Amino acid sequence: MSSEPAVAAKNLSRSFRSRALGKTVRALDGVSFEMPSGEISALIGPDGAGKTTLIRVICGIVRPDSGRLVVMGADVTKSPRAVQGRMGYMPQQSGLYDDLTVQENMDLYADIRGVAPSDRSRRASWLLGMAGLAQFTDRAAGRLSGGMKQKLALACALAAPSDILVLDEPTSGVDPLSRRELWEILRLMARDERMTVILSTPYMEEAALSGMVLVLNEGRVLFAGSPGDLSMRARGLCGSLMPEEGVSARALQSRLLDDGETIIDALPHGGGARFILRPGASLSDVRIEGSRGVASAEPRLEDGFMTLLLRPGASGPARGGRASPSPAVQGQAAGETVIEVRDLVRKFGPFTAVGGISFGVRRMEIFGLLGPNGSGKTTTFRMLCGLLPATGGFLRVAGEDLRFAASHARMKIGYVAQKFSLYGNLSVRENLRFFGGAYGLHGHKLRERIEEAVERFGLGEYMNERCSRLPGGFKQRAAMASALLHEPEILFLDEPTSGIDPLARRAFWRSITSLAASGMTVIVTTHFMEEAEYCDRIVILDSGSILAIGTPGEVREGTGGAPTMDEAFIRIVEDSRGRNAT
Amino acid sequence: MSGVLLSMRRVMSLFIKELLATLKDPANRVILIAPVILQSALFGYAATLNLDDVPYAVLDQSAGRTSANIRARLDGSGVFRLTEVLGGTSGIADSIDSGSALLVVHFGPDFEDAVSSGRDAPIQVITDGRNSMTAGIALGYLGRVLSGMAEDRNSVGRRIKLEVRAWYNPDLITRWNFMPSMIATLSMIQVLILAGLSVAREREQGTFDQLLVTPLSPLEILVGKALPPMLIGMAQSSIVLAVCALWFRIPMSGSLSTLCAVLGIFMLSCVGMGLSISAVSESMQQVMVYSFVLIMPMVLLSGITTPLRNMPEALQILTYANPLRFGVECVRRVYLEGAGISDVAANFIPMAAVVAITMPLAAWLFRNRGA
Amino acid sequence: MSLPGFGRRMRALVRKEFIQMSRDNSSILIGAVLPLLLILVIGSGVSLDVNDIPVAVVMEDSSPTLRDVLSFLEGSSQFSPVYTASMRDAEALMQDREVDAILRARSDFTPNLYRGRASIQLILYGVDSGRAAVIQGYADEALAMWEERHPVDAEGSGQPGGIVIVNRMWFNEANSSRWYFIPGLIVLIMTIAGVFLTSLIMAREWERGTLEALFVSPLGPGEILAAKIVPYFCVAMTGFLLCLLASKFLYRVPLRGSLWLVVSGTVLYLLAASGMGLMISSATRNQFLASQVALLTSFLPALVLSGFIFDLRSMPGFIRGIGSVLPSTFYMDLLKTLFLAGDNRRIAAKDCAALAAYAAGFMLLALASTRKRVA
Repeated sequence: MSSEPAVAAKNLSRSFRSRALGKTVRALDGVSFEMPSGEISALIGPDGAGKTTLIRVICGIVRPDSGRLVVMGADVTKSPRAVQGRMGYMPQQSGLYDDLTVQENMDLYADIRGVAPSDRSRRASWLLGMAGLAQFTDRAAGRLSGGMKQKLALACALAAPSDILVLDEPTSGVDPLSRRELWEILRLMARDERMTVILSTPYMEEAALSGMVLVLNEGRVLFAGSPGDLSMRARGLCGSLMPEEGVSARALQSRLLDDGETIIDALPHGGGARFILRPGASLSDVRIEGSRGVASAEPRLEDGFMTLLLRPGASGPARGGRASPSPAVQGQAAGETVIEVRDLVRKFGPFTAVGGISFGVRRMEIFGLLGPNGSGKTTTFRMLCGLLPATGGFLRVAGEDLRFAASHARMKIGYVAQKFSLYGNLSVRENLRFFGGAYGLHGHKLRERIEEAVERFGLGEYMNERCSRLPGGFKQRAAMASALLHEPEILFLDEPTSGIDPLARRAFWRSITSLAASGMTVIVTTHFMEEAEYCDRIVILDSGSILAIGTPGEVREGTGGAPTMDEAFIRIVEDSRGRNAT
Repeated sequence: MSGVLLSMRRVMSLFIKELLATLKDPANRVILIAPVILQSALFGYAATLNLDDVPYAVLDQSAGRTSANIRARLDGSGVFRLTEVLGGTSGIADSIDSGSALLVVHFGPDFEDAVSSGRDAPIQVITDGRNSMTAGIALGYLGRVLSGMAEDRNSVGRRIKLEVRAWYNPDLITRWNFMPSMIATLSMIQVLILAGLSVAREREQGTFDQLLVTPLSPLEILVGKALPPMLIGMAQSSIVLAVCALWFRIPMSGSLSTLCAVLGIFMLSCVGMGLSISAVSESMQQVMVYSFVLIMPMVLLSGITTPLRNMPEALQILTYANPLRFGVECVRRVYLEGAGISDVAANFIPMAAVVAITMPLAAWLFRNRGA
Repeated sequence: MSLPGFGRRMRALVRKEFIQMSRDNSSILIGAVLPLLLILVIGSGVSLDVNDIPVAVVMEDSSPTLRDVLSFLEGSSQFSPVYTASMRDAEALMQDREVDAILRARSDFTPNLYRGRASIQLILYGVDSGRAAVIQGYADEALAMWEERHPVDAEGSGQPGGIVIVNRMWFNEANSSRWYFIPGLIVLIMTIAGVFLTSLIMAREWERGTLEALFVSPLGPGEILAAKIVPYFCVAMTGFLLCLLASKFLYRVPLRGSLWLVVSGTVLYLLAASGMGLMISSATRNQFLASQVALLTSFLPALVLSGFIFDLRSMPGFIRGIGSVLPSTFYMDLLKTLFLAGDNRRIAAKDCAALAAYAAGFMLLALASTRKRVA
């Protein structure tokens, strides 16, 4: 049984017609692979690589134009229902009914898969317990936070034992703690129930945990094999270095990236930076101003992935470009406090979402707001932007409380919401025109700014495409472009990198870095802990209070020297939860 | 000054965005235009109470001169069409039940005797009450045929002649009454729903927050959101107007500019209602359901199909909250009577009141609801 | 795909729909509030019966004869006269829409009457054409009656007798437009609940992507559709029941046919309507479009072309042709016959057969259009 592959694809192709691009897009282009049964297989690749299409084809809800696909021994193209009856599925849009409660959603999915009522409640309470949703069973799914919804959706896909589980980005927008719990569930399923799991993910460290990795790019298979083999693609090419006193990790990373001759990729890491050499280059070629301690490093899956994608000939990471310094900001002293929060409280009925937090953000800082799902990050954000009245406390953004400020005060901020919030049925150009106009830009100036934004974010090709049809990473870029058109002093980014691929994330952070260098203050939330390394200072929130605040280095050291931010974060949150429990 | 200019620019860009979002989708464009044309054509032809074909059956037990004369006149009227000559009373039920005849004309055995002896001579007419309105009209025609006969018989004719003159609609054509009211009604339905959806959609898709962090003030958002549906409504009204005037050739007595003003304030009140609906709705679905539940009684209580005068007092008072009542009244009066602004100005007050209540409500709810 | 499995899945889906329905008041609004609202408004407010017509009367001749001629205005339920001193006053009243008509007798009325050529002027507010026609009829009839009662010479034996129409309106003895509106109203409400609500609810699932998860499950498309239909069918039947109760106890509209036939006709019509709603939503996958298409293809035809307000007989041929094949026309015909005329086997059989064919056809089309595919 286990020798038989769970999924066998031969030459799968599927095209979609894109009216705006005026051409046919090949979402899948002759894809062939096999996935082992009883194991977790991960599907990774840049946005728009065809991951979702492939998943839908496997589920039998998109018919391939050509090719053959056998899932669990049945031909999906011919008899999809034979497979669908044995399959658990979690679509990217989650499939939850917002007006049903957590429990009702669970029951529904268990019942339509024919779980006996006696088993149903046992399994449901076990799954909800694992997902940390046990105390929320009566809450409507629509009122859960983003990460909790994802966990519930996964629990629903698992509500009935099935032979194969197909998950489209189940962990997007889920915090590191919950992600670890989710993976625990998946591994248990694969081990104890011999369940085959197929999932797509933007997190490389998750792909490293799976039994098999399939890398898709532009509708073709770039790699199929074990995670170890993928890491090995970068063998001998990885290195790390540390900054000299007074140089930031972020600066080091940009300098590395600027050296395109020898370096193809770099990231801030553990206070220093990691990099990947161009094949053929050696560590001795790396000469970066303000750095010390160049050493070779163990290749990780992400390195292998980046090496694969950044091969000569493959499309490279979008350049970060330069942000033109905002005239409003030039000449003002760095270090002055632009956001001030004292004893900020927000209650929803009896529930305290934010319980008296205080912090300040200085001009030109990149300030990270981290915390598990439901910790109060988004609530804090919405209060800062004036979208939600505070229940108590003091708050000033650029000298004003935006809730009551006149419209010119809102000119000073840019806001990118957690949920993609450009107008889906308008093109990128139309969206940019609108938001520019809403900020009072017009005529020549508006055109100029739009051109700059298009250049900076590499949106040229997609200008006339409807926003709802953009691949994930481009959606994010378009949202950024529209938030920056009016050159705000302060930029609010709520989980801007959720669900976008590593390449796009690199490009994104490059532009953030250069924006901060040009005088903008950036306040950002993220679930990618390694991204905290880009920040000047971070604050970790849980249950509406501050657990830690300081530079990434200070926070890491506070935990007794956790090697990575991920580790530090988990320690801090678990510590605090442990203390509260006793 | 520059503040006003800036504000106008912001509203303008919101206005353009709203129009784009509504009109970009080809399916949306079709659904905003096609129904209006289709409906106005359909209503124009369908909305007629002027019968031109009355199927009838006859049961003639008198078999005399007068009954034959009457039958001949009926057949010659061009309206009545004989479907069956019945042999006995038992046949009456069948021809009415089956709907093959709208009425049965029954001359009793002593009909001729009564006529010649100068007594009242009754003709039994059995009509189909399932269509009481049509039956009533048919009966009226029958009466006219008979009185025409009486006139011819009395060489002197009627001593009292009724000189009838109808103002504004000399031939009493139903279409003339009905179609101008459609200029307001047809566009109202979609304007209300469009305005309602424009905010609910943004809320449901999460774009409303993005809008609120821009410098657009609630008032500016309100204006930017209200104008596009108004414009679309005006365009739809123009289509109906064109169909009325050019296709059905209903003469327009009033001035176009007066009509525009009337429609403008009417649309504004519809938009206000739509925006208020969307402000209290959780989802787009609710907007549509609420609008629909509102539109149905609004149409029924507008006086389009049935006179307001017949309604109980309480219901008549309720209709003051119904902008459609005043919109229809104004449009009819301007179109058919050629009324000027001052003639219909009193009707503006209730509509303006609706605007004055719904618009601030919507604007307030934009920022203060369910954040 | 065992039978008990099927039963459990269906139960789960149907329960889900009922829970969603209970959380969202729109179904209750459409299923219960709207029918009641319409029944009350139409039942008490909408009436085509023309009574108490305000009419301005200008008597420029003050003779007792004229008073006698116009005596029909007093004490009748048809007219409520307002006597004015001059034509100008009367016209002013008409301009202000205080009166619907002006009756004017000139100063030479009485002399002319004896010469046999008197005239009375009737000026009507023609904008309200239907009402105007009725007023004209009333006045004409009243004057003719007076003439009949006052023959020129007392002998008058040479004159033939007057012919009087004795009308008996079958099925609607009260000649009440209410009797005739209520069956039509039921058709409208069933159409809204069937087509509009169903298409909206299904389009929402398409829009929110929840169908994607249902597709990848043991459920067949038939089961998904059936589970959607059951709850909204119940909503519509509730509305139907409310209408039935109101018509019987509030307005005392007779139900002469068998209740059993009325119910089965309604069931068939609802199946056809839900099938149509499901088809529309699969085709549009968008709530706004679905609702508009539903309004356009079901509600408006039911309002205009099924004989609710306007009789099909008065329409031009091609429009009559479209109207006569609509499911709502058959249902309207069936209800009016069953309510007001009683069991007529031939009509009931014809209408039910047509409705059954529509129900089957729309259901099959809905099934065909809901393939389990997202793209």
